[in-house]
Amino acid sequence: MEQLLSLLIGVLVAASVYLMLARNLLRFLFGLILLSNAANLTIFVAGRLTPGAPSIVPDGVDAPIDVVANALPQALVLTAIVIGFGLFAFALILAFRAYQSLGTLNTDEMRVAEPKEQ
Amino acid sequence: MNSVILIAGARLQAVLLLVFSAYMLLRGHNAPGGGFIGGLIAATGFVVYAIACGTQDARKALRFDPGSIAGAGLGIALFAGVMAVFWGDAFFTGQWLFIGATEDSKGLPLSSVLIFDIGVYLVVLGAVLSITFSLEEAV
Amino acid sequence: MSWYLSLPLIIPFIAAITAFLLRHSALGRWVSIIGSGLGLLASLALMSVVLDAGVLAGQMGNWPAPFGITLVADLLSAVMVLITAITGFAVAIYALGDITERQEKLGYHALFQMLLAGVTGAFLTGDLFNLYVWFEVMLIASFGLLILNGGKEQIDGGVKYVALNLISTILFLTGIGLLYGMTGTLNFADLALKVEDVENQGLLTVVAMMFMVAFGVKAAVFPLFFWLPAAYHTPSFAVSAIFAGLLTKVGVYALIRMFTMVFDHDVSFTHTILLWVACFTMVIGVLGAAAQSDFRKILSFHIISQIGYMILGLALMTPLALVGAVFYLVHHIIVKANLFLIAGVAHKLTGSTEVYKIGGLYKSAPFLAILFLIPAFSLAGFPPLSGFWAKYIIVKATLDIQMWFVAFIALAVGLMTIYSMTKIWAEAFWKPHPDGIEPELKTLQNKTALLLPIAGLAIMTVIIGLNPEPFVQFAERTAAQLLDPSAYITAVLGDAS
Repeated sequence: MEQLLSLLIGVLVAASVYLMLARNLLRFLFGLILLSNAANLTIFVAGRLTPGAPSIVPDGVDAPIDVVANALPQALVLTAIVIGFGLFAFALILAFRAYQSLGTLNTDEMRVAEPKEQ
Repeated sequence: MNSVILIAGARLQAVLLLVFSAYMLLRGHNAPGGGFIGGLIAATGFVVYAIACGTQDARKALRFDPGSIAGAGLGIALFAGVMAVFWGDAFFTGQWLFIGATEDSKGLPLSSVLIFDIGVYLVVLGAVLSITFSLEEAV
Repeated sequence: MSWYLSLPLIIPFIAAITAFLLRHSALGRWVSIIGSGLGLLASLALMSVVLDAGVLAGQMGNWPAPFGITLVADLLSAVMVLITAITGFAVAIYALGDITERQEKLGYHALFQMLLAGVTGAFLTGDLFNLYVWFEVMLIASFGLLILNGGKEQIDGGVKYVALNLISTILFLTGIGLLYGMTGTLNFADLALKVEDVENQGLLTVVAMMFMVAFGVKAAVFPLFFWLPAAYHTPSFAVSAIFAGLLTKVGVYALIRMFTMVFDHDVSFTHTILLWVACFTMVIGVLGAAAQSDFRKILSFHIISQIGYMILGLALMTPLALVGAVFYLVHHIIVKANLFLIAGVAHKLTGSTEVYKIGGLYKSAPFLAILFLIPAFSLAGFPPLSGFWAKYIIVKATLDIQMWFVAFIALAVGLMTIYSMTKIWAEAFWKPHPDGIEPELKTLQNKTALLLPIAGLAIMTVIIGLNPEPFVQFAERTAAQLLDPSAYITAVLGDAS
């Protein structure tokens, strides 16, 4: 399973790099989203995959009875997903505003803040 | 959107989602649930309402500015962390109050963790709604 | 004891929330100033405790390390928190005269306090994932500040800033995942102990390089700096001052923390790369500055060149070099933030930041000219100002280990810095204004709010310059702690380790 997920991470990164090399800002953003999913999967796999129950302690005992999954990477991934969600929502709004005020999504044409070419 | 079925359905659905979100919020900590997921569900309720009746009506139904809700939520969450100072513990130490606790029953457990969760609920509700409303109004 | 550690974080958060709820009234700006002032007091208290104790660690929520979130202040963290609070206080006052009412209504003060909270948190945390979270708090606040009420220029700069910083964030996250997979912990102190047990040390170096790239983007080192000069000249002056002073320095701090404490297993490889990076950063930064003619763009490129000196101190890894890096870090934040504040006043007086389009400031506003000369000379490394001692220590550290070429580069870059500062001086201050305007300081609105922080920071530069002994001694203690983290580890994990 680890090998399979590692391959999936590789495919995700490859696809995201392909997307991020595009001049279109929106494609770049989609690439970033794929890349952040790859990063989240990396954390998940790095925490070792255990075919166990969710790590919840039943009522009346102090520790889980059976083998349970590693809870820490899940917590990390959850946090990272939430933060990523916020960042991408912002980035999407920014791209939208950029399209409204600059009239383009082509990053080559975004040169308002750059010095004028001679 | 101008669809009678959608508007009638959305009102019912929004109410159900809000009740469900409160249930999710309260069952958190010891069972799957909690402030984050509850806030998301509540936000979904208002988003459904906004799609059916427009953002203006949804804002009116919300009564408060979503940004201020998020700010107040952050304040409540922070307060839950600072509360620990009254018991001389470190920042964010959970404080528990067991009402009616007996030998073999914990009674009704109330905690600063719940206050933190309520804060998170409001932050998520406010943040998601302010993003979706502003996107919805801009497009 | 742990409240000394949490207060510098809690105060800006409370200020941010209050300022946000009060954003439609004029009270918000006073909340921001009072909050920054209280934050300064809290960091002073933290500093005095850390000076006595050496390292102060606190477990949040009473969850023991390495399982819970640990806040740690060693001397480096404490001084960075203090300098953040000082800069934040200065800029909060400056904002009275610089931030428009419309920006206030959009929540400028709340975002500003969030930024301070994020930066402070990044300096105080003792946990790698928590560092990531604080980076994000800082990043989101900085996004907001950058494009607040922005026109085309701000959005254009913002797109580049956001894009490159998001990539660095994701690289950072991937690095965290891989490091966790190898060691099973993310607590700095625990990591420092556990990295030695990793079987495949080569793999550890790969992860180290990932962190180097991720933090390198934040610190704006060569060749990852492009977002900085694309964005820093666009927002309002108060915002660009706080960005210039603090944001890149968080990246430098993270590099210093990780590459002295965790990734010191293969110094000959990683720190050689850092050495090359440092040299290129110094040279490219100063050359870029020489080609610019905008007040803020010149200063932006100088941030990059100065970052090179700090990385150089880290790359050499000798006690003296680390002393230099720490001293440089402190000196640079004060000086650079101050120069951006001065650029703001010059803009208000003459109406532009393009140095060829302005002029005559020396004649009409001699007080401002003197205030400019202090940080500018300090940046270029004139004795007896703070920058001289910073550069002197770094160059001496390179000479001590016979790196003549690196010493030569450091000195040459210093000379080039003088060239850029002279250009600003000659064009903006000395030559008459091309349109014949002679703006006087008297005409400035809110001139106390604008000039007071500038004067305060300039006085600090002079004090450090004239009386460097205690500061150098402090930097020596800090460097000793960085090279031998055993006190840090004991404070976090207890004696059991």
